[in-house]
Amino acid sequence: MIKKFDKKDEESGSGSNPFQHLEKSAVLQEARIFNETPINPRRCLHILTKIIYLLNQGEHFGTTEATEAFFAMTRLFQSNDQTLRRMCYLTIKEMANISEDVIIVTSSLTKDMTGKEDVYRGPAIRALCRITDTTMLQAIERYMKQAIVDKVPSVSSSALVSSLHMVKMSYDVVKRWVNEAQEAASSDNIMVQYHALGLLYHLRKNDRLAVTKMLNKFTKSGLKSPFAYCMLIRIASKLLDETEGGHDSPLFDFIESCLRNKNEMVVYEAASAIVHMPNCTARELAPAVSVLQLFCSSPKAALRYAAVRTLNKVAMKHPSAVTACNLDLENLITDSNRSIATLAITTLLKTGSESSVDRLMKQISSFVSEISDEFKVVVVQAISALCQKYPRKHSVMMNFLSNMLRDDGGFEYKRAIVDCIISIIEENPESKETGLAHLCEFIEDCEHTVLATKILHLLGKEGPRTPQPSKYIRFIFNRVVLESEAVRAAAVSALAKFGAQNDDLLPSVLVLMQRCMMDSDDEVRDRATFYMNVLQQKQKALNAAYIFNGLSVSIPGLEKSLHQYTLEPTEKPFDMKSVPLATTPITDHKSDITPVSSSKLPDKLTPSRQDIYQEQLAAIPDFQGLGPLFKSSEQVQLTEAETEYVVRCVKHTFAGHMVFQFDCTNTLNDQLLQKVVVQMEPSESYEVVTYIPASSLPYSQPGSCYTLVRLPEDDPTAVSCTFSCTMKYLVKDCDPNTGEPDDDGYDDEYVLEDLEVTVADHIQKVLKANFGAAWEEVGDEFEKEETFALASVRTLDEAVGNIISFLGMQPCERSDKVPENKNSHVLFLAGVFRGGHDMLVRARLALADGVTMQVTVRSGEETVVDVILASVG
Amino acid sequence: MDSSILEPSLYTVKAVLILDNDGDRLYAKYYDDTYPTVKEQKAFEKNIFNKTHRTDSEIALLEGLTVVYKSNIDLFFYVIGSSHENELMLMAVLNCLFDSLSQMLRKNVERRALLENMEGLFLAVDEIVDGGVILESDPQQVVHRVALRGDDVPLTEQTVTQVRKTILASLSMLRYINFPT
Repeated sequence: MIKKFDKKDEESGSGSNPFQHLEKSAVLQEARIFNETPINPRRCLHILTKIIYLLNQGEHFGTTEATEAFFAMTRLFQSNDQTLRRMCYLTIKEMANISEDVIIVTSSLTKDMTGKEDVYRGPAIRALCRITDTTMLQAIERYMKQAIVDKVPSVSSSALVSSLHMVKMSYDVVKRWVNEAQEAASSDNIMVQYHALGLLYHLRKNDRLAVTKMLNKFTKSGLKSPFAYCMLIRIASKLLDETEGGHDSPLFDFIESCLRNKNEMVVYEAASAIVHMPNCTARELAPAVSVLQLFCSSPKAALRYAAVRTLNKVAMKHPSAVTACNLDLENLITDSNRSIATLAITTLLKTGSESSVDRLMKQISSFVSEISDEFKVVVVQAISALCQKYPRKHSVMMNFLSNMLRDDGGFEYKRAIVDCIISIIEENPESKETGLAHLCEFIEDCEHTVLATKILHLLGKEGPRTPQPSKYIRFIFNRVVLESEAVRAAAVSALAKFGAQNDDLLPSVLVLMQRCMMDSDDEVRDRATFYMNVLQQKQKALNAAYIFNGLSVSIPGLEKSLHQYTLEPTEKPFDMKSVPLATTPITDHKSDITPVSSSKLPDKLTPSRQDIYQEQLAAIPDFQGLGPLFKSSEQVQLTEAETEYVVRCVKHTFAGHMVFQFDCTNTLNDQLLQKVVVQMEPSESYEVVTYIPASSLPYSQPGSCYTLVRLPEDDPTAVSCTFSCTMKYLVKDCDPNTGEPDDDGYDDEYVLEDLEVTVADHIQKVLKANFGAAWEEVGDEFEKEETFALASVRTLDEAVGNIISFLGMQPCERSDKVPENKNSHVLFLAGVFRGGHDMLVRARLALADGVTMQVTVRSGEETVVDVILASVG
Repeated sequence: MDSSILEPSLYTVKAVLILDNDGDRLYAKYYDDTYPTVKEQKAFEKNIFNKTHRTDSEIALLEGLTVVYKSNIDLFFYVIGSSHENELMLMAVLNCLFDSLSQMLRKNVERRALLENMEGLFLAVDEIVDGGVILESDPQQVVHRVALRGDDVPLTEQTVTQVRKTILASLSMLRYINFPT
């Protein structure tokens, strides 16, 4: 049996592979001996092995040749050689998708599946189910049912697992075997029990009641199989999650009891299930954590890995719960499995104190080159989180990160490091120069275009404002000489920013620009020419508008407006103010736990929320001619929670109008609402133009109605107004089950809460990357200044927050973060007023008894300045 | 974290691989569409081999998948599952595969012996995992079900151990027939 291959393979050395030089055509040629009589089992077996080996190596078989070989193979069923027969089953399974007419072997397989030879029965069932379809399955249904409850475990298991595979295709047939599966679940054999439980769950998973019953039964009676226990724990924790069952439920008790199971697999599954439950308290976690702690000192690497990986997850949410394991984790730092060591260290970084950081970082840098990229990213994430926790440690981190940046690694890994360094620079101004220096060094030899352009952009933004801007110029210009088009273009933009900010560098920058104007790429040349001309004007305002602070419009909006413009031939020049502004994504920096998330950069430009609204509103005929949508507010709740009707309002601001969009939901299943409008009574001289009703509002299907309001033209300072709102509609009672409404209805109304329009609704946030330049650009023609006392405010932080939310403007230069222990602060805000007028606010705040605020407003339009000051006062 | 509540399923194993000490595929069976083409599979195998062949640790996380592995002389055995999968279950599959082969090859788990018994390997894996579901985890059962018989080799060619093995196998078969468990 062992020496069946050619001798010459042996001669070519012990490393040779008897299958190495197999030719598909030669093997298929050999397969002809299948047709010889009598059958030579050994030779045939050898050829089948070769065919499966070739398939396994990924060799492609054409349909014709596969079918030919398959049909020849069917003759081998005449032989009674056990191994040969088993290889036939395997060939059938492997060829089921390649060959045609595989169902020809159905009767042979059915015979084997019901025959006397137990060794044949299991594999025959599995092969048969592989080639069978729904109609055929019905023909063998009787045999399948018998097989599921067969007393031979291999037969029963095979039948159960095959049934599970068939569920996807023929749910309705397999569903009828529930009783048999139920019987198999009480089998003594551990695998049969596991497979039966799996099949039962798949058949019942959409019926929560049945799942609950099943769980009750098995958690009470207990199981033999550790696999089945694991399955049961997963079912239980899923059910707990879905039903939001409290942790006093019997299901939770069951999972917790599994922590005391004899089998490690079950204990780990239970611990992991508890750790992954949302809203677990530290007390509930404690038993799970302590079994994981025990596993940390197991001799089995897989168990240590599983334990420390799970502890790492716990540490993200409940670092204090893991502190008890610190000692065990320390021991794992030197584990020979680097994955375990890395996880142990990153966990410790989350749970440990500030003093241990240096030691851990040193430890980790000793083997960081040996671990896979996935874990390196984990390390970087841990460092990034640490930097937020202990800002004073940033110099240690920065060193470490720069070393990592020099090592080999894939794109994801490098991007994580770069993102982390950038976030450190933003958090700690004193680390800016070292950080920028490391990044400069990195782009000298960086193969990732995305990262190089990102860093160049950052250099352009931060570099000109460092004490020694000239040292960055060399790094940037090197890019222009050496890199691809995208990087060169980014480098040119960065250079322009240096020229615009630093007068003494301007002549040299102009010389470099000159050179870029001869670039081979169009985009690079265009940029260079454009910047060259802007810079030569030496006007602060131009620099600010075209170099520092780019376009603030929404890109999809611009594309649409330009398209529209080209469709209608006109003499008028294109007006940038008609393009909707880009909305700054509303994100809160501090709530972001892992700033280095892998999916931070969307690959495609997705339309913003406002672009979607724009589209929806444009589709309503009454709203055409309102111009571009200027701003859409957040949703405002106009009803209490848990009332009959839920109404939310979105305020859409246009140049001279406002549209109120009311998203209404009817929560009564015996009512149908029709002709729903929200009537509005303004307190000021706002004028309601039209109501657009929602024609019908069936149970739990949200619908929208709109109210169009004209803003007062004669008094532009009237920016705030209160509306009292009443929802009016026609009610028709209907059958809760069918939703069939009665013919007659009656009018009714429902009083909603008042809706406020404030100054913030007229202002769109715009980020000015360089506030100083923008301030100069607008000029002091309409500058006004006033001083206010904010008596009720106690801290600077609170004052800053109030001003930002009241005006709805974008804080610039990170001035929304008040440094600790300071008595004064300057807040810079930028925005665009309805109608497209840029406006900038500088607020100097001083803390004494209460906060004193000196507000300076600049804009290109006098009324805007008045409006702001009037509303603040 | 909420998304990692596992959908309870029997589909545990994503792939079973055996590579030689050059990282070449001796056996590979993928049970789902994580790596649909041969090219992607080979690239994955290369990556796995590069990351694991120098270390003797038994578990790693690669390309977002949990990989448990074991090497012996010039063979590398891998079992691959989702990163949310119970690592010990994957380990059970790996151990079962290795122990079954070890018995079938009479503790001679190395490349040459394996290549000479490829059909045994094919049948064993078929008994351990079916379409990603763990079918059996007990190596005794697997060896028994594969039931590779040496009867077509004349008795004279068999060594004493082989004969004893055959007798033992048939004995256990007898026991098995009498007392099905």
